[in-house]
Amino acid sequence: MSDTRVIKVNGEEVEVPTDLTLLQACEIAGEEIPRFCYHERLSVAGNCRMCLIEVKGGPPKPVASCAQNVRDLRPGPDGSPPELFTNTPMVKKAREGVMEFLLINHPLDCPICDQGGECDLQDQAMAYGRDGSRYTENKRAVEEKYMGPLIKTIMTRCIQCTRCVRFATEVAGVDDLGLVNRGENAEITTYLEKAVQSELTGNLIDICPVGALTSRPYAFNARPWELKKTQTIDAMDAMGANIRVDSRGREILRILPRLHEDVNEEWISDKTRFIWDGLKRQRLDKPFVRENGKLRPARWDEALGLVAEKLGATPADRIGALVGDLVSAESMKALKDLMAGLGVKHIDCRQDGAPLGEGGAGRAGYLFNSGFAGVEAADAILLVGTNPRAEAPVLNARIRKAWIGNLGLKIGLVGEAADLTYGYEHLGAGPGDLISAFEMLDGAERPMVILGMGALARADGRAVLKAVASLAASRNVVREGWNGFNVLHTAAARVAGLDLGLVPGEGGLDFAGILKAARDRDLDVIYNLGADEFEGRDLGGAFVIYQGHHGDAGARTADVILPGAAYTEQNGVYVNAEGRAQIASRAYFPFGDAREDWAIIRALSDRLASKLVGPLPYDDLFALRQAMIADAPSLGRVDEGPTGEEPLDLGALGVEGPLDGAAFRYAVDNFWFTNPIARASETMAECARAMAGVEKVAAEESVR
Amino acid sequence: MLQDKDRIFTNLYGRHDAGLEAAKRRGAWNGTADILAMGPEWIIDQVKASGLRGRGGAGFPTGLKWSFMPKEVKDRPHYLVVNADESEPGTCKDRDIMRHDPHLFIEGCLVASFAMKAHACYIYIRGEYVDERIALQKAIDEAYAAGLVGRNACGTGFDFDVYVHHGAGAYICGEETALLESLEGKKGQPRLKPPFPAGAGLYGCPTTVNNVESIAVCPTIIRRGAEWFASMGREKNAGTKVFCISGHVNRPCNVEEEMSIPLRQLIEEHCGGVRGGWDNLKAVIPGGSSVPMLPREICDNVLMDFDALRDVQSGLGTAAVIVMDKTTDVVRAIARIAYFYKHESCGQCTPCREGTGWMWRVLSRMAEGNAETSEIDKLLDVAGQVEGHTICALGDAAAWPIQGLIRHFRHEIEDRINAYRSDRGGVSMAGVAAE
Repeated sequence: MSDTRVIKVNGEEVEVPTDLTLLQACEIAGEEIPRFCYHERLSVAGNCRMCLIEVKGGPPKPVASCAQNVRDLRPGPDGSPPELFTNTPMVKKAREGVMEFLLINHPLDCPICDQGGECDLQDQAMAYGRDGSRYTENKRAVEEKYMGPLIKTIMTRCIQCTRCVRFATEVAGVDDLGLVNRGENAEITTYLEKAVQSELTGNLIDICPVGALTSRPYAFNARPWELKKTQTIDAMDAMGANIRVDSRGREILRILPRLHEDVNEEWISDKTRFIWDGLKRQRLDKPFVRENGKLRPARWDEALGLVAEKLGATPADRIGALVGDLVSAESMKALKDLMAGLGVKHIDCRQDGAPLGEGGAGRAGYLFNSGFAGVEAADAILLVGTNPRAEAPVLNARIRKAWIGNLGLKIGLVGEAADLTYGYEHLGAGPGDLISAFEMLDGAERPMVILGMGALARADGRAVLKAVASLAASRNVVREGWNGFNVLHTAAARVAGLDLGLVPGEGGLDFAGILKAARDRDLDVIYNLGADEFEGRDLGGAFVIYQGHHGDAGARTADVILPGAAYTEQNGVYVNAEGRAQIASRAYFPFGDAREDWAIIRALSDRLASKLVGPLPYDDLFALRQAMIADAPSLGRVDEGPTGEEPLDLGALGVEGPLDGAAFRYAVDNFWFTNPIARASETMAECARAMAGVEKVAAEESVR
Repeated sequence: MLQDKDRIFTNLYGRHDAGLEAAKRRGAWNGTADILAMGPEWIIDQVKASGLRGRGGAGFPTGLKWSFMPKEVKDRPHYLVVNADESEPGTCKDRDIMRHDPHLFIEGCLVASFAMKAHACYIYIRGEYVDERIALQKAIDEAYAAGLVGRNACGTGFDFDVYVHHGAGAYICGEETALLESLEGKKGQPRLKPPFPAGAGLYGCPTTVNNVESIAVCPTIIRRGAEWFASMGREKNAGTKVFCISGHVNRPCNVEEEMSIPLRQLIEEHCGGVRGGWDNLKAVIPGGSSVPMLPREICDNVLMDFDALRDVQSGLGTAAVIVMDKTTDVVRAIARIAYFYKHESCGQCTPCREGTGWMWRVLSRMAEGNAETSEIDKLLDVAGQVEGHTICALGDAAAWPIQGLIRHFRHEIEDRINAYRSDRGGVSMAGVAAE
């Protein structure tokens, strides 16, 4: 893509692309450059002055290495390569000077600062600073600011690097943050102390190099070195963001993003990050059995016995199985095998009712085929029935990034108009506008359709799918080397469920059908594996077995509750909307008597052994995974994103039928309450109030 | 000594009418169409040959700066931006040009814009200059009405618009890239360079930013010939210059003089000498508050031009000569200047944001004498850490006066500290951290 050039760093020759900054070039040469304001994913500010290096032949002063490109270096005399130095006395003195300036007004409150132990300022002061302070004047103090329920501010610690301002304006797309006043009175603030109106505000905490912006829910909870760090996968949406769960003992304390360029880059949404208090509340920590209309605690033995008895005694065609949104692939596989063994046909994982995974369209018919990173390659994006800001905020940030970086990018939306943080053309609200909306893809080289659950999870979903697929085909959305047909799921479990074929077969009832049949007393037993998002609490006289981790809608209807583990408490495979299988790991053990989901089903199969052909044929997770991969090979291709080569027959998607004129209703109407964990979280409730503008808290009062 | 016939600004004192007709009688707008007819290349060559160096402070050759603009207008328009944000303490030359000789200036805008193929010129005028803005706008309106600017300016077929933009009164907006940010409606904070404005300036388009005086002298230079201008002053320091002399002189004034005039001659002939006689002189700041001060010994013989002042570790800057006689408390004076830079720092870069306040606080204590003698070296070191470590030159501007003070008047600070101590039985409160 770009030319390269030979430069010398501390006398060593390296060849680097010319569009790199000097800072990046020095890093390639193996030299670490301290920095505060520079961040790879944000624009260059060049204001902290920590990255000063010496350029030979230039003016006799150090150069901010983050702000100059290799291209702009002047060659040495007689064409010799330009020389950079990072270890000269000039550089050392400059770094000491800048560090001293940063520290003169920085409070010495490291012992009570939550950033302590993972603070850039602390680390770099150790590495590059002077040994003592020469500053004898009074220090400056700055009032705290209110930035919403998630961010705790101690603005005296701020070093005015403006990373947060740049993140908010560039990545999150909100203008709420800014630098007011000038000189030493400069302060970062939100205008009139309003909350930052974004779903990505938690990332401000990560990018803040000092302790000015810290996590409010996590405040004063722990020191980073006390925590066990577990690398795992998020289940709050279908993106499968890579996260790190920090826990101490059996307690989860915080969630941080991990780097994955193709999935979440290094951002996560606030729901992903702050969900953890929900993981501690409303937990099902022991089995329950309903007696005289009330749930009472029971022992595993009793609960499993009761379930086995009911399942064993009921004819298979009067049993239905529901699968929820947060379930791991292994537990779905175990449930599938159990139900197949019993001969149950009524099984469905599509809680929202989107008609995917049917017909002969194949796997690519329900995936985000271009990959999340593919958004950046597209030159026209049509959003159909999806509000990515609520359904996948990090993907939305990537669309915004593409919109900023690619001036020719056209974005259209069919659905209710919403603030997506980027400019788009509103092309209509419902199925009736699809034909005209697709005209925006005419002439595009890499057209992309993002089809949301809002367009599919409705009575005419199959017809909408058919219409969108044929319109997409007419615009060659799938072409040589490019597949722009993308389905954006909202549930973390969905793609794995579809991969495993957890959809009703011949004569089977789908999700809504199972619920209706139960109400009509056509089903006697419902096995509900973590489904909480359906309407209607009345399931007739059916005996309901709920296996899950939170006391939410599903548990309320249950006759027996089998306490399972949440996504952070068990090892499991999740497949994101791209079709990328990723392994979530157990960060801490499930609560109380709760058990891993697959193990519960396996234990149940023991009791039903006589009715099955013996218990399920796996005694450990490894064997289960082997069986699962044999069933759905894609689940074994860990971290393999879309290749773009998976065959996709658009003609096989959906069913021709009449289209309803009603506008698309987005799948997520309240971002903060999309699943039982979120509904149990106080933080999420606070966020919902703050975003709705209900809660206005002055900075002083809100300090917990 | 500049002869009257060689003056460019013949109405610097406002003794005559500033209006178009009177300005024309003084020579403005004379043969402008003929100048433009010579073509952009020729104009730039003339300005280069005249040896004109930018009058805003840095002294960069104006013709060379113009030649950095792309030769042809491609997909982006070119702009000329004139820096009339004259905020350097002591400087008031552009003010008089805009008040009393605005037509020379507007004509310069046309000539310079034509040379750089810019069809629009923005004049960014200092927030406090309300009367000047009104006077300038009046002159522009006259020029529009007379067809001198606007569509088909001067009948040459060249379309040219000139706009006055009123700043809000921030020193930093006189820095060229901060000025561009402010002009774009953003917060006035200097940009990183490169890219330089000639590559990506106003709205990302090729832009040249020039001082008012640099632009206003151009038409006359071209009319009278580059050799005429180059014949004045020393080599590489050609031409005439408006000096602004203030402080302890008998008659503070703006005066157009030949470059390289001896400082003493400038003060004695135009300002009636130093108050109380030359021997009463203590120090001179020769180029606006940002340049290091000179003690009397140097003032005796120094010439007022870029190179001579650089050789004595100061600078010509904006040629705002601030004269201080022996009644002056130089430490307090520099402390006040340090306060100015602390107040005007934009807060973007760490060294300037933090360092200017630190230096001001130390200097304020030193002005009292409430300091340690070791702090003088500390202050010098801190000034050195601010200088050259920032995005724009405000950091340098904050450091230089302090360096100049310590270089020439260190003994005075030491005496102050010792006196303070002896008054208090040898005890100083300095050096006790607040924590």
